[in-house]
Amino acid sequence: MTQPKRLGYSYRRHLGERFIEALLFLMAFVSVAITIAIVAMLVKESIVFFEHVSLWEFFTDTEWTPLFDNAHYGILPLISGTVVSSSVALLVAIPLGTITAIYLSEFAPFAVREMAKPFLELLGGVPTVVYGYFALLFVTPLLQKIFPELPGFSLLSAGLVMGIMIIPYVSSMAEDAMRAVPMHLREGSYAMGATRFQTAIRVVMPGAFSGIAAAYILGISRAVGETMVVAIAAGMQPNLTWNPMEPAATITAYIVQVSLGDLPHGSIGYQTIFAAGLTLLLLTLIFNIIGHVLRKRYREVY
Amino acid sequence: MVENLAGENSTVDAPHAQYKSEVRNLSFYYGAFSALKNVNMMLHEKKVTALIGPSGCGKSTFLRCFNRMHDLYPGNRYVGEIILHPDNINILSRDVDPIEVRMRISMVFQKPNPFPKSIYENVAYGLRVRGVRQRAVLDEKVEEALRGAALWDEAKDRLNQPAYNLSGGQQQRLCIARALATDPEILLFDEPTSALDPIATASIEELITDLKDKVTILIVTHNMQQAARVSDYTAYMYLGEIIEFDVTDTIFIKPKNKQTEDYITGRFG
Repeated sequence: MTQPKRLGYSYRRHLGERFIEALLFLMAFVSVAITIAIVAMLVKESIVFFEHVSLWEFFTDTEWTPLFDNAHYGILPLISGTVVSSSVALLVAIPLGTITAIYLSEFAPFAVREMAKPFLELLGGVPTVVYGYFALLFVTPLLQKIFPELPGFSLLSAGLVMGIMIIPYVSSMAEDAMRAVPMHLREGSYAMGATRFQTAIRVVMPGAFSGIAAAYILGISRAVGETMVVAIAAGMQPNLTWNPMEPAATITAYIVQVSLGDLPHGSIGYQTIFAAGLTLLLLTLIFNIIGHVLRKRYREVY
Repeated sequence: MVENLAGENSTVDAPHAQYKSEVRNLSFYYGAFSALKNVNMMLHEKKVTALIGPSGCGKSTFLRCFNRMHDLYPGNRYVGEIILHPDNINILSRDVDPIEVRMRISMVFQKPNPFPKSIYENVAYGLRVRGVRQRAVLDEKVEEALRGAALWDEAKDRLNQPAYNLSGGQQQRLCIARALATDPEILLFDEPTSALDPIATASIEELITDLKDKVTILIVTHNMQQAARVSDYTAYMYLGEIIEFDVTDTIFIKPKNKQTEDYITGRFG
């Protein structure tokens, strides 16, 4: 049987297409595979840890002293450190980031925006270790002038600097979301006699809600996962406290401390970092899920 | 549909009392580009005036001068006057606040552009930005505006639902309700039906005809039949100039200008 020559099926073309498709799939699959591998590794190593320490103890014990002779394995002090430092950071980053985004998207003249954006991006490009020392050697002494009783290491100082560090992430994503709101919505608002500020608050921000929420979630994830600033400026003693004026360790700071230390692999002390890592992962996962739900729920249909 | 103005073909000499607005020697520039050239015309009180002409002739630019929309973008410049009666004030003057102008001269856009809010809040928007807070006042105005825009029966049971749940034609009527809620003196329509299907278009046209008892209307349209159906006066524009302005019937039946005739009869444009 002969194929029609003129309109015949080109095996060469389709083979090439298959090959490209397979290559693209592989590339996309790599990131998924790595994520799965990380989770699998964390879970596997954590299981070893939880054979020695019960979940009950892990979540209720109020002391985290795995490296002491009288070891306690309560994650709460690390969680409190993480929550307090992140909260301080977000109290700085969310208002300032949002205000910056509103200004850049709705008010700033073209020239100002073009000038300001590279500077903001620069703020995001400063290595975090620099921020850490900035907190320890500049912000802490400054704060001590206002609060003389503030110790040399504190969650407040680390959180404030972390907040400054996160501003560009929040502002640039929120600004992108606000600028994506179509011009005809703004014109509709102006045509009703609204001012620029009323338009920004009442029309543009609700219109960009899902993007702004995503920006906040990203900011939260950054704050919770940030390591260097808190490791340097917040002190590394696990301390169950909700007071930002005290030194404390966060989950991330603890992981650095142990993984850089000389604990033998496989010891229960060493296994703690996997349990802590898994807790951190779950924490950020929760925020990502919240972000996803918010985005789906308030997706704009212009 | 047009009242006979005592045998006058042109209404240019009619007494001022009938005019809601007069445009005098208006030119408009986008940077160096002159989009409107020495335009003169008037809006008759509580009548519908249509602007027709080929794409790019300056109809929308002209319409958007009336609520100072061009002020939103840098590099735009007005020359000349748009006088608003009864105040006899030039609304293009630097001393006039564009926000005050927009509070009296409302606009409905080409594409329905409801805000990402509930139906109720969309209609209440203009009142809220004016600082109205009393629930009773808002409720009353919202209902009145929705009735005015022939949307009340369809919307009254779902005032708190997002405006995006409405169909395209309903969304456009919502935008009309939003514009009506603040009792504007002039209502500007920028091709209000170009994004709508024929049935929705018919309902908007009917609405425009009903609205002229209450408000002076200026409408830009691509659709000549629409201008003939809804308007009392028509201006034909070409390349930023008004070629002919007259009673709609005159424009469509015996235009004085050859260019207008060519456009109306479809030989041009």
